[in-house]
Amino acid sequence: MGDFTTQELMAILAMQGFAGLSLFSVLLLMALGLAIIYGQMRVINMAHGEFMVIGAYATYLFSTFITAQMPGMLDYYLILAIPFAFLAAFVVGWIVEFLLIRHLYHRPLDTLLATWGLALIMQQAFRSGFGAREVSVRLPDWLQGSYRPTMMIDIPINGLAIMVLTILVTAGVAWLLYKSRWGLRVRCTTTNREMAGAVGINTRNVDRLTFALGCGIAGIAGAAFTTISSTGPTSGSLYIVDTFLVVVFGGAGSLLGTVASAFTIAQGQSILDFFIGGSMGKVITLLIVVAILMIRPEGLFASKVRR
Amino acid sequence: MLEVSGLKVSYGQSEVIHGVDFTARRNETLAIMGRNGMGKTTVFKTLIGILKHNAGSIVLDGQELTGLPSHARVAAGLAYVPQGRMIFSHLTVMENIEAGLETAPGKKQIPDEIFSLFPVLHEMRHRKGGNLSGGQQQQLAIARALVSEPKVLLLDEPTEGIQPSIIKEIAQTLNEIQKMRDITIVVSEQILSFTLDIADRLMVIESGRMVHDVARDNCDADKITSYLSV
Repeated sequence: MGDFTTQELMAILAMQGFAGLSLFSVLLLMALGLAIIYGQMRVINMAHGEFMVIGAYATYLFSTFITAQMPGMLDYYLILAIPFAFLAAFVVGWIVEFLLIRHLYHRPLDTLLATWGLALIMQQAFRSGFGAREVSVRLPDWLQGSYRPTMMIDIPINGLAIMVLTILVTAGVAWLLYKSRWGLRVRCTTTNREMAGAVGINTRNVDRLTFALGCGIAGIAGAAFTTISSTGPTSGSLYIVDTFLVVVFGGAGSLLGTVASAFTIAQGQSILDFFIGGSMGKVITLLIVVAILMIRPEGLFASKVRR
Repeated sequence: MLEVSGLKVSYGQSEVIHGVDFTARRNETLAIMGRNGMGKTTVFKTLIGILKHNAGSIVLDGQELTGLPSHARVAAGLAYVPQGRMIFSHLTVMENIEAGLETAPGKKQIPDEIFSLFPVLHEMRHRKGGNLSGGQQQQLAIARALVSEPKVLLLDEPTEGIQPSIIKEIAQTLNEIQKMRDITIVVSEQILSFTLDIADRLMVIESGRMVHDVARDNCDADKITSYLSV
């Protein structure tokens, strides 16, 4: 690192740190959905990345439609595309739960295989439907360009926008989990499924809604993803491993843990990426995560109460 | 109010409840007594729908409950306080009670009478359920069941693992509830003194069969004790 002056080093740290924040945003959006699904019904959804891609393609379709039909709306369409992406992934998630997942509860290994197979089917469906080439959406002008606080630091506007979106979605999920009736049902079921049923909660309905909601949030992640990268049929599979890492490291079922772990992993990778290269960066993050999990098997944040 | 007839339950291939019949009348407190392993908890879990039954019927106020999932049984008017309390340990006391409001339509607020029955729960309302003492958790579990305004309340060994002074308190509370509301209580127990404080009728279960049925007023304590002795 001797080739850099202190000033350059600081600028690099700031920019890599910010790139880390963008990665953090996408990872967090993905992990939120995965974590609530795993927390609620112990289903590890291997197809979660593909639900993100559904959101991304939904955004792409929406943008193509707007470009062709209502070019005047191009500046604002993303605001509508995000709920559209959510809805698309939510509906597919609902159907998948109904057709596939609900038959496989209490069989964790089978759900793992089934959702992995589903992921392959979905990837091929994307390839058949949208072609193997990556597609990208037209960004509105206000999302392009960057913010330069000093001569050397360059912060892309779209990264900032994703962060704002992530904060809003995280706050929304937190509100839903801790203040809404649905959240109470989820937290009851997570603690003790039989007992939740025995106090009158229809756990089947809660499962379905939770699965669909988790997928919907992945759809939002997909909409966000289109603004920083182009979308291909296999884009989802690139994120799924890191997302699992985030969920396990954070402690399944803990919202705060998920946020903290997404932040740590994204920042670690992004900064190490610059100084020692992508693959070594990944190796080191993984090693650190494994070491910490050996000391704290329940993840970063596991609440301590008498059971 | 609650009529159970010919109830048979198996774990895998071994049948453990061999055709149990009993009826709990309106506003009656019926105690089912028996030693550990005689099938009390199995009967209760089957009543609420956690375990599946092989044969027989469970009729609540004219409605057949067999085949319904737990939450539908609660909606039909059954409430369940399990052995070992099973409160939601990560949820606050308030949230635990609110969970019980699920099938009470149009109700979002915990009724004041719950906190007047269990003042300690009001004091602890922002604590996590898991940080309460055993006796407090038992009260919480009863409160959670009561807010659904049940016709029949099932209590599975409410005194297990609870200090004697609190056991007396729970007996008083149950009698108070019985006075305040139109409610049938079915309770499983091993402690005879507690049962005599609350029950109108006592039945004894042994190896999955009902072997004794007597009103409290003419019950022979020694005979029941002999059933309960190990």
